[in-house]
Amino acid sequence: MHVVVVTKSTPDTAAKVTVDGSGNVTWKEAMVINPWDEYSVTEAVLLKEAHNIKTTVLTVGEEAHNEAVKQGLAIGCDQGIRVWDSTLANADSLQYSRAVAAAVQKLGDVDLVIFGKEQADTGTDQHVYQVGRKLGWNVIGSVFKIQEIDFAGKTIKVVRLVEQGKQVVAGKLPAVISVVKDINEPKYPSFMGIRKASKAEIPVWDGAALGVDFGLPGVKVSAYQNPPERAGKVQMIDGDSADEKARKLVEKLFEDKVL
Amino acid sequence: MDFSLTPEQIAAQKMVHDFVMKEVYPTIGEWDRKQQMNPDILPRMAELGILGINIPVKYGGQGFDYITLGLVCEELERVDTTLRVIMSVHAGLNSLSLLQWGTEEQKQRFLVPQAQGEKYAGFGLTEPGVGSDVANMRATAKKQGDVYILNGEKMWISLATKAHHFLVIAKTDPEARPASKGMTAFIVTSDMKGVTTGDIHGKLGVRAGSTGWVNMENVEVPVSHRLGEEGEGFYIAMGALDNGRYTVGAGAVGLIRACLEESIKYSKERQTFGVPIADHQLIKQKIAYMQQWYDAAKLLVLKAGWMKNQGIRNTRETSMAKWYATDMSVKAALEAVQLHGAYGFSDEYPVERYLRNSKGAVIYEGTSEIHQLMQADFALGYRENKPLRCELPAYDPDTWLEEPQTA
Ligand SMILES: Cc1cc2nc3c(=O)[nH]c(=O)nc-3n(C[C@H](O)[C@H](O)[C@H](O)COP(=O)(O)OP(=O)(O)OC[C@H]3O[C@@H](n4cnc5c(N)ncnc54)[C@H](O)[C@@H]3O)c2cc1C
Repeated sequence: MHVVVVTKSTPDTAAKVTVDGSGNVTWKEAMVINPWDEYSVTEAVLLKEAHNIKTTVLTVGEEAHNEAVKQGLAIGCDQGIRVWDSTLANADSLQYSRAVAAAVQKLGDVDLVIFGKEQADTGTDQHVYQVGRKLGWNVIGSVFKIQEIDFAGKTIKVVRLVEQGKQVVAGKLPAVISVVKDINEPKYPSFMGIRKASKAEIPVWDGAALGVDFGLPGVKVSAYQNPPERAGKVQMIDGDSADEKARKLVEKLFEDKVL
Repeated sequence: MDFSLTPEQIAAQKMVHDFVMKEVYPTIGEWDRKQQMNPDILPRMAELGILGINIPVKYGGQGFDYITLGLVCEELERVDTTLRVIMSVHAGLNSLSLLQWGTEEQKQRFLVPQAQGEKYAGFGLTEPGVGSDVANMRATAKKQGDVYILNGEKMWISLATKAHHFLVIAKTDPEARPASKGMTAFIVTSDMKGVTTGDIHGKLGVRAGSTGWVNMENVEVPVSHRLGEEGEGFYIAMGALDNGRYTVGAGAVGLIRACLEESIKYSKERQTFGVPIADHQLIKQKIAYMQQWYDAAKLLVLKAGWMKNQGIRNTRETSMAKWYATDMSVKAALEAVQLHGAYGFSDEYPVERYLRNSKGAVIYEGTSEIHQLMQADFALGYRENKPLRCELPAYDPDTWLEEPQTA
């Protein structure tokens, strides 16, 4: 019984990211665990506490991504693994998914792979579905609650958050899921976990170790651009009561022909 | 010389930062206004292990070093002084005194539940009539068989109505000369018959915390609750202050940082004469000074923490760190209020709370005047550190991480 969370390091959402003249993206602040993965890691640790299963936190990327793995260990996952070789530099999501799927297969006994809803830096989530396809497992996206999970009977029942409301879906294990923000209250690392994580050696698996060719990127990012500067101005609407403020705001919106 | 922090120290600091920013910062202003302690704070700090951060694992703590204790205090006071006050009394003044002076039996009985956060701890030295001049205290402890009978009132006691254990100093020999030789330390529990407590309201600052009085009327305290020997109370209290002051200094560093961070943010938002106020040179000067106070205070605190890790006596260095950091935190808060203009004068922004909170720390754990006297006396050669029967143990990762022995 084994749950894998896949994570990566991303710039802090509070970081000031800039693009220079030659299209290089830079920021000063330290990398953090992909904010969406705070939920997936926590969910894995909650499953561990409830079902006494093994948990692995997995990343694909350069050494900087060890930070996210260590955060996963500090929060309570049992072991960390990083997949990397130079053919993965500038990997597109398909190469990335080959790497994740190969690592999950090497681990062997995996019942569930959990992703955060998306990768906050690129704002993408297709890798979730691509990993499911590579593994040949069911994929359930936007999971809001794991209602039932039976590792021995190999079944899972979840509540998904969909645009129209909530949807209950039952499926088979092994499976790949992605989780949304409200699934849990993210755990902080524990002090014991911090110590364990800082001492942990994170093994690196390359294509040779996994026995796969990651291939070449089919999609290339050709340029980044800063978003255009916002030109708008802020105007504070004053008033003695919320009603008065709302009335003034509506008047103003009519005046400016917004409404 | 190595100025770098270890990844563990950085991660522990970040964890506490994330906790206070998420769970405390959004509502602390309201608790301050209500003059009430948020009832979730102590249980959460206990649950997360913060209350026992630098106590050895075998005594129920998290096994981190003295520097981490300082970093944690900085993060706590970045958000509100009352959170750091908890660490000063629970960890600095009380738990570390048990670690330093307690018998193995006392450590198991009192330190373990404190480090695990099952019991909260306070420190009772000050009385209505004496603060700086502690040797003149009134509280007495008379030995009768295998108990001491304690009488007296302790005043301005942090966590008075929250703590389960108090480290109380009282006179076993009121006639002793010098008077300091007649003082003894006791672990008094709040459930002992004759112990009553209450909170003081109408304080200038630390309004979201508990500060009060502990009254003792014919309280029977078993001999097994005496910390150290009879007559060692003054030294135990001074040793406790070496640790409490360290946490106060470290917290003041966080308060300076709070002033700096809020001032940087506001000075870029607020416009006067067509530019952000950050572009005016006199505002820049305030920012520059806050940064200077932060850097200098932090170095003093880290040095004191390093000395504790090494097991080097640090009474003078800790006093310097506490005196400088707290004095500068008052100045930083004054400047931060000024920089915020009328908004700084209102509780719509947090800086007025920082100013009110900063003022307490130049009074408790040695007023700034007392620290000046100490520094001068050390410099003039009128005062020197004398070895203690029990010194604060140096940080040794191996012993700090030893697992408890299961009986
Ligand atoms: C918020 C808060 C929390 C506290 N928590 C605790 C606690 O948990 N436990 C505890 O035991 N105490 C606590 N205290 C008490 C604190 O430690 C005392 O207030 C402090 O030691 C000063 O004593 P005092 O108030 O009696 O002032 P005094 O000693 O009466 O001093 C009055 C003034 O005279 C000055 N002064 C005194 N002697 C000299 C001198 N020789 N030369 C020059 N100037 C001098 C002082 O600096 C001060 O300005 C707390 C106080 C506050 C405000």
